[in-house]
Amino acid sequence: MINNDNYLKVKHLYNRAGFGISYPDLHKLSKKKIASVVKDLFKQSKKDDLLNLVDSSEEKRQLLAQAGLYGKKELTDEQKNMRREIVRMQNETSRYLNISWIEKMINTDAPLREKMTLFWHGHFACRSNNPMFAQQLNNIQRENGLGSFKTLLVEVSKSPAMLQYLNNQQNRKGKPNENFARELMELFTLGRGNYSEQDIKESARSFTGWMYDKDGSFIFRTNLHDNGTKNFFGKIGNFEGENIIDIILENPKTAEFISRKVYKFFVNDNPNEDHIKELANHFYQAKYDIASLMTKMFTADWFYNAENVGNKIKSPTEFLVGLSRSFYVTYNKPQVLIQLQSSLGQYLFNPPNVAGWPGGQSWIDSSSLMLRMRIPSLVLNDGEIDFSGKADPEDEAVIALSRTSTADANSRNKRKSYINATANWPKFLATLPSDFTPLALTTFLLQPTINEKVSSMVSDNKGLRSTAVEITSMPEYQLC
Amino acid sequence: MNRRNFLRNTGFVAAGSLFVPAFMKPLEAMALDELSLYKNLVVIQLSGGNDGLNTVIPYGNDIYYQKRNGISIKPEEIIKLNDMQGLNPNMAALKEIYDQGWMTIINDVGYPNPDRSHFRSMDIWQTASDSNQFLSTGWIGRYLDSNCQTCKFPYTAIEVDDSLSLAMKGQSKKGIALKDPAALFRNTNDPFFKSMIQNDKEHLDEDNLGYLYKTMIETSSSANYIQNTSKIYQSKYSYPTSGFANQLKTVSKFISSGLKTRVYYVSLSGFDTHVNQVNQQGNLLKQYSEGMAAFLKDLKINNKLEDTLVITFSEFGRRVEQNASNGTDHGTANNMMIFGGRLKKKGVFNAAPNLSDLDTGDLKYQLDFRQVYGTILDKWLDVNNSEILNKKFNTLDFI
Repeated sequence: MINNDNYLKVKHLYNRAGFGISYPDLHKLSKKKIASVVKDLFKQSKKDDLLNLVDSSEEKRQLLAQAGLYGKKELTDEQKNMRREIVRMQNETSRYLNISWIEKMINTDAPLREKMTLFWHGHFACRSNNPMFAQQLNNIQRENGLGSFKTLLVEVSKSPAMLQYLNNQQNRKGKPNENFARELMELFTLGRGNYSEQDIKESARSFTGWMYDKDGSFIFRTNLHDNGTKNFFGKIGNFEGENIIDIILENPKTAEFISRKVYKFFVNDNPNEDHIKELANHFYQAKYDIASLMTKMFTADWFYNAENVGNKIKSPTEFLVGLSRSFYVTYNKPQVLIQLQSSLGQYLFNPPNVAGWPGGQSWIDSSSLMLRMRIPSLVLNDGEIDFSGKADPEDEAVIALSRTSTADANSRNKRKSYINATANWPKFLATLPSDFTPLALTTFLLQPTINEKVSSMVSDNKGLRSTAVEITSMPEYQLC
Repeated sequence: MNRRNFLRNTGFVAAGSLFVPAFMKPLEAMALDELSLYKNLVVIQLSGGNDGLNTVIPYGNDIYYQKRNGISIKPEEIIKLNDMQGLNPNMAALKEIYDQGWMTIINDVGYPNPDRSHFRSMDIWQTASDSNQFLSTGWIGRYLDSNCQTCKFPYTAIEVDDSLSLAMKGQSKKGIALKDPAALFRNTNDPFFKSMIQNDKEHLDEDNLGYLYKTMIETSSSANYIQNTSKIYQSKYSYPTSGFANQLKTVSKFISSGLKTRVYYVSLSGFDTHVNQVNQQGNLLKQYSEGMAAFLKDLKINNKLEDTLVITFSEFGRRVEQNASNGTDHGTANNMMIFGGRLKKKGVFNAAPNLSDLDTGDLKYQLDFRQVYGTILDKWLDVNNSEILNKKFNTLDFI
């Protein structure tokens, strides 16, 4: 193992810009300069093969059928059944869509692109019952996630998922609905305090008529658009949606707001204002080119500073995807991935609200942490945790009592088999050097600096497989 | 936050000596009269948007029958509370509770610019925000954050469930979720888990790793405290066999064994009754009422009813007019049910919903839900409600 500076840097980069790194890749890349590793990372993520689980012709057929049923006052039993059946199919497809994305993250060879998609998924947070809409928005975020922020913003604003979620479908001339206009500025671009209520009103008027039609395509309905003069940020004109977006982007506060959010997602929960300013200036000057912003950040010296390494709490997605990637896990019943996301507090495609997941320490409470610490043993070791050590004698009686007296002991066994995942241990172990020590494995798998206690816990040489399960069950593994 | 504050705020000053029962010490240090005055709040969430108009039924109003041809409850079946309102027949178990003066019904509770999305409206109720405001902390979580005398232990707020609701999450403190105290005890007493936190002083720092260790230590001491305090107590009262009743039984066990927890949180879901509502809602209301009646009587026997206040809410009520599928769609204002042995105003608190003065088919709210929270925070949990709710709300006189 090459335990040099670059080894740690590459590992850090891949933890933040992706979902971890395999040992052979790390070994290979450690020999390169970090700037060229970053370059390769972008090259890898050039291709943007999209999610294509949802069959749009079938979804369109359902959409039309649904639209037909909504218009009617009285439905026959057959029509009611049809409506219920459509909802059932949509829910089922939505679950498959969720699984196909998380499996894509687990298996992708374009990790940066998927990580960016995950970032924008939380930034442009949206829920849609319609899996075609949800997939389309996700693909917009994937295609443009490393491109122009303006294109991304326009495309998101025109997507049926967002038009529906933020009620722009109801935003009409004379009867404006301000929901979209407000969130556009508060959460997507400028941030609170950088606009007035008047600006919201005027921009809502400018977005009137931005809608989607019966089969889910964007349409600008000019007859519902308010053609009057608007006064937005001191500019006067007969603005339409795209003019508003241009004016918002002219304001450097937008570059700052996005840079701060990127910084908090990729670098540190606690913003360093100097570094954010540096990023914001660069982003603004680069005309909101996202790849340029990300390159600037990943090549900055401070990105690799000790205070920015191994100190971020993994999101549930980063945790699950990272674990599954590292150990080549196959989920024999992938539905369990939805259950895990939901119990860990990040059910993809279902953010808590338009502000997205708050992240950071809010991921962790007693129950979610206990679950996170149990998952690796359940996933990797088929439910068996072969921990060494003995229980406190004082507690043995209580433990035994509770084991025999409650039915819960049985249900725990059931839950183990329910995860039903297979880690590819031979493949994982084959990636490691033959003389790899448990301590070397620990340094490879954990991001925080290894302290004495951790090293003593893994030093009793249980073999690499047991050590791996033990390491991934540690609180240190929750950080990246 | 500096290191000293961090240590103080964990509630367990000597984390290193954890496995001596040091976690008991702060309790012993509390004055005895303070303990005897311990008041509990139980929050019950009905998820999905319970139809309040078929729960507490305005049978005295003809409009109710006109608008709900297919799903209205016949007057002769209704458990009448006064000339205007009565309970759904599936709530018969609560009749006795009501007659004892242990129940108050507050009509038309809501908030300005109501949101009809489950997720959003639940967020609003749990975070006590305005409808256009996004908060990432819950109202009970902020109560924990306020660090008052009786809210500083990590087990101050317990949710009897597998995961923790937003309502219970504060900025620096969070409640604890557990369905089965023995299972949590087993997990935190797992040798691996114990070895991770044993003698762990160096991790008690303010960064994220320190936060993870702090959470583990608190979980472990809470699990020990909860298990050791509650295991000696066996409820003799017989509860109905539903998951909900079982959760309430756990809460009763905690309260009756003298756990120093102030807030309990329990949910019952399935109230999103768009289709064939009568049976579905009827079953749920039956589960709810039978569970509640057993719970309250159990507390009464254990002399804890006086010290307990229970509130029930749902994220919204439903539209006044039924839909074409013999169900109801998402609405706005709704009733809240309050229970306890020390209610000031018993029975029906305020005027029944006005069915002829609607806001595009929906009830108009008479009282902001944050007035109810504010009343509880001021008068029951003894904190200034403006500290938790970010502005002052006028209190009500139901307690």
